[in-house]
Amino acid sequence: MGTLGPVTALSTRYDVDRAWDIDVYEDHGGYQNVRAALDSTPDDMIQMIKDSGLRGRGGAGFPTGLKWSFIAQDTGKPVYLVVNADESEPGTFKDRPLMERDPHSLVEGIIVSCLAIQSEMAYIYARGEFGLVSRRLRHAIEQAYERGYLGADVFGSGKRVDITLHRGAAAYICGEETALLDSLEGRRGQPRLRPPFPATHGLYGCPTTVNNVETVTAAGYIVGQGPEWFNQYGTEKSAGPKLMCISGEVKRPGNYEFALGTPVSEMIAAAGGMLDDRELKFFFPGGSSTPILTAEHADIPYTFEAMTEADSLLGTGALMVHSDKTSVVETVYRYVKFYEHESCGKCTPCREGGYWTAQVYERILDGRGRAEDLDLLADISNNIFGRSFCALGDALTSPVLSSLEHFRDEYEYLLRSAGRLPDHMQSVRTATANEYLERNDLATAGV
Amino acid sequence: MTDTVTLTIDGKEITVPKGTLLIRAAEQLGTIIPRFCDHPLLDPVGACRQCIVEVEGQRKPMTACTTEAADGWVVNTHLTSDVARTAQEGQLEFLLINHPLDCPMCDKGGECPLQDQAMAHGNHHSRFVDEKRKYDKPVAVSAQVLLDRERCVLCARCTRFSDQVSGDPFIELFERGALEQVAIYEDEPYESYFSGNVIQICPVGALTSTSYRFKARPFDLRSTPSVCDGCSAGCSQTVQARRGQVERQLARTNMAVNEMWNCDKGRFGYGHLTADTRLTSPLVRSDDDGEEPVAADWATALTRVRSILAPDGEVVPTAVLSGGRLPDEDAYVAGKFARTVLGTDDVDFRTRFAPASEGDALAALAGRDTATYDDVEQAGVVLTVGLDPEEEVPILYLRLRKAWRNTKARLVSVGASSGSLAELLWRRLPTDVGAEAAVLDDLARALDRDGDDADQSSPMVAEVADALGSVDRPVVLVGERAGDGALAAAGRLADALGGKVAWVPRRSNARGALDQGLAAGLLPGLRRHDDDTQRAEVAAAWGLDELPTRGRDLHEILTLAGKGKIKVLYLLGVDLVRDVADQRLVDKALRRATVITHDIVANATTAHADVVLPVTASQERAGTRTNWEGRRQQFRPGVAGPQLVQHDWEILVQVTGMLGHDLGFTDLDGIRADMAALAPIDTTPDWPAAADRSDTAAAADDGDDTLTADVYPLLLDNGVHQVNAPDLAATAHDPHLRLHPDDAAPLGVSDGDEVTVTGGKAELTLPVRVTPDQAAGTVFVPANSTAPDQVDNPRHLGDRVTVAAVASGSATADQPVEVNA
Ligand SMILES: Cc1cc2nc3c(=O)[nH]c(=O)nc-3n(C[C@H](O)[C@H](O)[C@H](O)COP(=O)(O)O)c2cc1C
Ligand code: SF4
Ligand code: SF4
Ligand code: FES
Repeated sequence: MGTLGPVTALSTRYDVDRAWDIDVYEDHGGYQNVRAALDSTPDDMIQMIKDSGLRGRGGAGFPTGLKWSFIAQDTGKPVYLVVNADESEPGTFKDRPLMERDPHSLVEGIIVSCLAIQSEMAYIYARGEFGLVSRRLRHAIEQAYERGYLGADVFGSGKRVDITLHRGAAAYICGEETALLDSLEGRRGQPRLRPPFPATHGLYGCPTTVNNVETVTAAGYIVGQGPEWFNQYGTEKSAGPKLMCISGEVKRPGNYEFALGTPVSEMIAAAGGMLDDRELKFFFPGGSSTPILTAEHADIPYTFEAMTEADSLLGTGALMVHSDKTSVVETVYRYVKFYEHESCGKCTPCREGGYWTAQVYERILDGRGRAEDLDLLADISNNIFGRSFCALGDALTSPVLSSLEHFRDEYEYLLRSAGRLPDHMQSVRTATANEYLERNDLATAGV
Repeated sequence: MTDTVTLTIDGKEITVPKGTLLIRAAEQLGTIIPRFCDHPLLDPVGACRQCIVEVEGQRKPMTACTTEAADGWVVNTHLTSDVARTAQEGQLEFLLINHPLDCPMCDKGGECPLQDQAMAHGNHHSRFVDEKRKYDKPVAVSAQVLLDRERCVLCARCTRFSDQVSGDPFIELFERGALEQVAIYEDEPYESYFSGNVIQICPVGALTSTSYRFKARPFDLRSTPSVCDGCSAGCSQTVQARRGQVERQLARTNMAVNEMWNCDKGRFGYGHLTADTRLTSPLVRSDDDGEEPVAADWATALTRVRSILAPDGEVVPTAVLSGGRLPDEDAYVAGKFARTVLGTDDVDFRTRFAPASEGDALAALAGRDTATYDDVEQAGVVLTVGLDPEEEVPILYLRLRKAWRNTKARLVSVGASSGSLAELLWRRLPTDVGAEAAVLDDLARALDRDGDDADQSSPMVAEVADALGSVDRPVVLVGERAGDGALAAAGRLADALGGKVAWVPRRSNARGALDQGLAAGLLPGLRRHDDDTQRAEVAAAWGLDELPTRGRDLHEILTLAGKGKIKVLYLLGVDLVRDVADQRLVDKALRRATVITHDIVANATTAHADVVLPVTASQERAGTRTNWEGRRQQFRPGVAGPQLVQHDWEILVQVTGMLGHDLGFTDLDGIRADMAALAPIDTTPDWPAAADRSDTAAAADDGDDTLTADVYPLLLDNGVHQVNAPDLAATAHDPHLRLHPDDAAPLGVSDGDEVTVTGGKAELTLPVRVTPDQAAGTVFVPANSTAPDQVDNPRHLGDRVTVAAVASGSATADQPVEVNA
């Protein structure tokens, strides 16, 4: 496993053998950031985060320093840091390797963040399926306690920071921060009404911030090495390095680290370029809930603002690349099924709209599509978007609406062909994983 | 800083208190924003997304049921905004895609918000050509509640009600996505005294009641506003009848009393109106033959009544026991009848043996501004004394729970047990059965201790006293079981605190009986028998020179009847055999005295009577009822009832006539006019003084191994008004005994074990619940419970009883069985 590159900021220890062990971690510069934090004040640290320009890496891109400044202090209640390690957005696989390879960098990030927001208690909510993540984290936390880096007297400072690791039960919705809090409290994971916001009424009704794994880890570096270290990468509005997950029909899918602002085409090139005989047709810039963009958008820089400009979103940094051999309609259908399945059921538009949308797609792909179905799909999505309780409902509409916008002709083709794909496309619809790999030459591409 | 915000909704300006939800603000302007999940008494959830409106300057359209109005906002509803209108239509379309559209056979059809909205602004053609969700139907949520999941719109009203209002959390949403559904835990029944409310607030026909399912269409029902007769809560109700028969009862909104709720006993307990055991004609026992009385016509029956009451033209010594259910008007007539026609003051509305001091305490109570539901909700600290609110007055329990949940009210119980209230209690001051007064006096003393002289009160008493003193208007609620002096002690304590007291009897109009003077020593309109002027006032109003001399209470009446000194017992809906604890006394009295009784349903006492006169049930009559708050509420008949039954007052007027007297009225208006002449006087009698307890205090531990029986009926018991309602009966809580852990331990019994309680010759075996809520040294015994053979069981409040574990391998087990070859 090589260093990710082209940037090595958060991934510096990815190629260090046994970096998950505290000794190795410390040999490679670990637990130095927290020492700097102990010499600083909470206000200064939050200011550093603000100065760095760090925006949340969990998908919404909210400025982290600002978010922390909203946390209600002096309420007489404890403040909680909750680390969102539920990473479930299709195409997203950046937090998991970070926690598997370099778990102490998250632990260190947590200690620093806790000092900054004056919290003595952090919870890590880890996706249920992440077995190795949990073992590595547990081990790292134990080691940190043994050294006195965690507990009642962090680094002899007299300050307290505790970490509890909690494993989720495999529901995508539990990545949504308020559903996560309900789940963490032992309830059904369904999003909560806001306001009140977690910053004032979060976990157990106490002031809380929920942050993504990558966000918290980055915060550790920023306080340790200064905002400038961070924003030497990226652009003014989209600062910093970004762990990227590049997947789909490229030669070397996997984890990469780039400075924000790198053009999408450059990222695809770094991932080995498109598979042979395939041309870029469309891509999801930041996970399945970000509206798809087309080959025409390949040169736009990977920043929050450029993605918004192009009517999409940066999301989690999960770049999913698809070629002319892939049917947009089938691809979108798969994600529709995902969101339909993961809908928590609380609100009408997501629950019923997802159920309906999936059936319309099935009809179109089965050859039972009707001319009016395309407008119907758009109507359904428009009745979900902005009407649903949480962003999961909106997420379902992104691939639907953006594909209808960019590739309406492909839908129309399927209506005319009674569901048969154009000859140059390979169906991925009912394929098993192996068939899928074979059909797409992925097996031979060494994945 | 202002406490209001001003905003514009559909171009109309409105000012509302801060915190008002948009949906409520719009209502004030007369604009009803469509909604399904919103309910004014439940926390907002924002699940159905039907109530979307557009707010200028906000990124997204917003749900009016979750969004608080803000100053300067410009809000546009479906009436003025295309965005809002299309959003609402879109949500409605979503709700309908999986809806079965079986309106023609759905109970909700005709009163269904979903149907109404689909008619008002739904699409006439469905765009949905795909497959609908299907479920097995119906699922029994309880014996009383059925669920058709495919009709459910997942608004979470039912689950929120159970969680937030009644606190019975066994109904929940399960699964997720399109499979989300209402369900109950497999191994825990949905056990609730309030389940009917979830049926009523379900905005579709997903929840239906077994008793009403497929019975009628709402537009075929005749609705009559009524007041429930089930307990002293005084809930407003709507009685719905078809072809002269009650088909359904619904909670009627009365924010001051029951808000929007009823308990199941009140809602579903109308089976007795049409039960086989309903009394539909007078019954008369032929002279001396010892058989049960047989049907007779009214003329025969009334003639017989006359000959019983006045065999030789002179009225023989008679006592009137009036029970706690007669409406105010009937109660007044009964009082006047006794004093003027029968010439006796031997009247009592109680069916329990009250301490002698109670009359004075009740008189003091009746003259005061006593606590209301609203006071309970606002109090901050509420003391309950000898009261198990959920079993006794369920709607009061809901209000206590609301205070606990919404205002974090601190609830304190004084007494031997407080039932389900235990879960909500802040502090518990346990006492022996009936010994509450001493603790109340301790509290009063702790209030005015100045911290100096060595404080004798326990730390807990001091703490509770501090809490009581820390709020403006604490409330003390005294149950009818509370022992000697408790009501007066509670009254003195409340007065000292500037708080309020209330007396919470069980029977629906016990408070009204009190106001009408249906106990010896009391007279209508808060007048007292021992006050010469007041007594003269009543005598004058009734055209008498002098009222009869002061009469006796229930215990004495029964004793005298047993000795033949009182010849006739005139009962008005009183079932002595069931209701009175001392069966020996009752037996003797019934054997010796001649019994005339008015009743609705045949019962153990009517079987002993010489004349039984059938009367109308609450749903069949008009009148006024006074609930525990002292609030008077009128009600009208919803159905006519069987042809031959009459109202209590009608019968009394006729009997009066046959005895050659005239009560001065022949209809309800006349009665009310007569009552007005004896309107309540302005009087605030002092509370009786505290008893000197210095010598009794020490004798607490008597060293023997008996316990004190804490006896009272559960809400759903063997009551005759609960007959012919099998689904309701099936939701009764399992009869059980309760013991304190300290008393359970030496017996070696734990939760769920069978235990036998023995008192005198009576004996009862039931499973036990071991709970610290039951005061040590006491054992809870359910009276009149659905357990077999209840009548002979120990049921005297305060009896000394022994308790023993049932030996394992008891007699019934392992009996050799003979097989006939
Ligand atoms: C349906 C849904 C799923 C989400 N899943 C995740 C997740 O798995 N991990 C994550 O960090 N954030 C997830 N989020 C975003 C979180 O709600 C939240 O914005 C984030 O944890 C905040 O952290 P950040 O400010 O560090 O980005 C999800 C949001 C939604 C609506
Ligand atoms: S949009 Fe609604 S149903 Fe979907 S996940 Fe969010 S709250 Fe649940
Ligand atoms: S059963 Fe009725 S009240 Fe309960 S969630 Fe469904 S629609 Fe709402
Ligand atoms: S009524 Fe507002 S979301 Fe249901």
